[in-house]
Amino acid sequence: MRRLAALVLALGLASALHAEEVTTATLDNGLEVVVIEDHRAPVVVHMLWYRAGSADEPVGSSGVAHFLEHLLFKATDTLESGEFSDIVAANGGSDNAFTSYDYTGYFQRVAADRLPLMMRMEADRMNNLRLTEEDIVTERGVILEERNQRVENSPNALAREQMRAAQYLNHRYGVPIIGWKHEMETLDMDDALAFYDLYYSPNNAVLVVAGDVQPDEVIALARDHFGPIPAEPDLPERVRSQEPPQTAERRMVFEDPRVSQPYLTRSYIAPERDSGAQEKAAALTYLAELLGGSPFTSALGVALQFDSQLAVYTSAYYGGRSLDDTTFGLTVVPAEGVTLQEAEAAMDVAIADFLAEGIDPDQLERLRTQLRAGEVYARDNVQGLARRYGAALTQGLTVEDVQAWPGILQAVTEEDILAAAREVLDPDRSVTGWVVPSREVLQ
Amino acid sequence: MTRLILALALLIAPFAVRAEIEIQEVTSPGGIDAWLVQEPSIPFVALEIIIDGGASLDEPGKRGATNLMVGLLEEGAGDMDARAFQTAREGLAASYGFDAYDDSVVITARFLTENRDQAVDLLRKALTEPRFDQDALDRVRAQVQSIIRSDATDPNAIAGAAFDAAAFGDHPYGSDINGTAESVSALTRADMITAHRNALVRSRVHVGAAGDISAQELGTLLDDLLGALPQEGPVLPEAVEFGLDGGTTVIDFETPQSVALFGHEGLARDDEDFFAAYILNEILGGGLQSRLMEEVREKRGLTYGVYSTLVPKDHAALYLGNVASANQRIAEAIAVIRDEWARMAQDGVNAGELNAAKTYLTGAYPLRFDGNAAIAGILAGMQATGLAPDYVENRNAYVEAVTLDEINRVAGELLDPDGLHFVVVGQPQGLE
Repeated sequence: MRRLAALVLALGLASALHAEEVTTATLDNGLEVVVIEDHRAPVVVHMLWYRAGSADEPVGSSGVAHFLEHLLFKATDTLESGEFSDIVAANGGSDNAFTSYDYTGYFQRVAADRLPLMMRMEADRMNNLRLTEEDIVTERGVILEERNQRVENSPNALAREQMRAAQYLNHRYGVPIIGWKHEMETLDMDDALAFYDLYYSPNNAVLVVAGDVQPDEVIALARDHFGPIPAEPDLPERVRSQEPPQTAERRMVFEDPRVSQPYLTRSYIAPERDSGAQEKAAALTYLAELLGGSPFTSALGVALQFDSQLAVYTSAYYGGRSLDDTTFGLTVVPAEGVTLQEAEAAMDVAIADFLAEGIDPDQLERLRTQLRAGEVYARDNVQGLARRYGAALTQGLTVEDVQAWPGILQAVTEEDILAAAREVLDPDRSVTGWVVPSREVLQ
Repeated sequence: MTRLILALALLIAPFAVRAEIEIQEVTSPGGIDAWLVQEPSIPFVALEIIIDGGASLDEPGKRGATNLMVGLLEEGAGDMDARAFQTAREGLAASYGFDAYDDSVVITARFLTENRDQAVDLLRKALTEPRFDQDALDRVRAQVQSIIRSDATDPNAIAGAAFDAAAFGDHPYGSDINGTAESVSALTRADMITAHRNALVRSRVHVGAAGDISAQELGTLLDDLLGALPQEGPVLPEAVEFGLDGGTTVIDFETPQSVALFGHEGLARDDEDFFAAYILNEILGGGLQSRLMEEVREKRGLTYGVYSTLVPKDHAALYLGNVASANQRIAEAIAVIRDEWARMAQDGVNAGELNAAKTYLTGAYPLRFDGNAAIAGILAGMQATGLAPDYVENRNAYVEAVTLDEINRVAGELLDPDGLHFVVVGQPQGLE
């Protein structure tokens, strides 16, 4: 039972591209373990990731993944409510958690010799949570205030919700992680426990430990603390409703008097990084930089902020890490006196010119250099490295994919980028939103 | 060049004793002081430069000048216009940050070992030969004006502006460093040159460096980078009294959740009671384990977060807090905070709370030193705060030395429930 099933992938590539030392193992109960060594400071980051996020929630209970994340800081069989974090703090550490579409994660940052205690407590709350009705009521108030703070009080966040809902025709990514307010208000004990009982299991989790640790010791500790927890036999295959072909351009006007700076934003449905097939995502990573990465050298920045003064801000965004279809986004904040219509027309011209004229080889080379340097800088932040692996392994990628990614980025060519751009920048797969204080500004 | 070796391990006796941090005091041949942690395992350097003064040096009628000037440092220097400068920076994969605050200008940089000289030379041009081209000035001015417009309908920004104006009036602390739409629209290239001359001053520089560089190399680098800055700058502003009495100010703004900023006078960083106050705040509202979080969030579910913090500025000291709750619940949240403030002022903390806070603070301290960028920032910040180099060694002992009597005396002296002023932005129910 407590034997290691699989061991050890060592990284020996003498390249700056993957200089972090990574070791992996899988316990008999299915728990995957990733250890990243960084011996510069006597610190460890201990993270447990579940392959369960808001896109895995049952119909009608949006927000339950995030609600449960909050509730995991309540009592267990052996700890009182709040005691988990009190113990972490009493050991000089800090702890928190996060929920996304594809995963929920819990982490502590603490002196390296406190790792066994962290593991014992994290393993405990995988199985032994004891919630009360009072917990449910109080914490539901907290998440509703969190939604108030992050979303209801922010017209930009409200507009983003509407954009995503319009972008995804069939996939659960169109529902906000924190939940729709009317569904959050109905979340109860059964909703939370059903999600917990099914998904919080070793065969649905990835343990990432990064810092001043020895891999064999970490794996032995994981075996001791997590090993006795049985795998969930009924864990369902991870199937979400997928997007159909998107064949109609969508447009929206979002009106809120709290908007004092009108802007426009457009998103396109886009492919994500897939295991063994990350090349298109790599090309789109470049495309985002080339279109809107730097206000000084990108296509939108130069056209709208330098060659003309039509915009005060431009950007492009692509996030390739996603289990299912992701998005490619553009934003333009017009200069005073410039209408959204004029700004959007200028944006479209800039994109068309980019596709027609091709890519300056020097700029491509500079981007390559920056991406390569980014790997050097990334090694300074061991928690960032831990997040990179945890996110990848809960979003359908493997350790090999993570380590291949910098090399794949370096191999991207101009043809790859332009081909990906022509495929993705298709109006029929896009949503364009104008965010305004009042429709009157559109008159 | 003196050299100081600090064994971080000493600080964390109960914890793993494996890593050491060695802070070197460096003085460049040209006389610029810096602290360095040499860490060669990753081939880059992180640099942080704090220059005292900041936006408080804005001249009368020129509010926003320092902020705009700092925003223009990356917009062209020497023989390069903005695009040429940024193209060069991108080609080196270096990154530079330029930020203005009330009391300082902060410059951060990271650059690869393989092109360090070029990256430093480019940064030198930005700091000492900025062009302030009119087209760049107009472009960045428009960006600042856009931020000013957005802040005008942001509840947190509205609360901050109202609180500062009421507390500090005409002193620079009384207005936002961005300036107003009117003041920013009137700024000229000449104002940028003046602001640059006033704010980037060699005698007010504090440098922290960490990464793949030796003390000798850093000394040479600093002379190259900062040697051409003027030695002295204008007189810094006078100290200012905190001018806000206790009470509640409601600013009507149509939004579902009210945000509240609250506070009263605080404690100077060099006050002998600062450590006691720092621990006191940790217990009252400093983090996720605080009394305010327990009472307002954990027990009552009234908010996602409530925090308090000591804000020792260079010319005034504040004790501030913030909370946000739905319009119909904010009154209760504020009542609970006032009660906790009063309870703490009257009864203080108990021995168990003090012990828990000490254990947390002393245990967490060494965890801050976890990367070149973090270390460079800590080293610069310690110098800007006027701390001695051995502070890293002694800091946890200062925390441990605070007694229950001391902290509870400070609680009585510092916390002033009647002096607490709340600025609430929203449509709160049950508040005047």
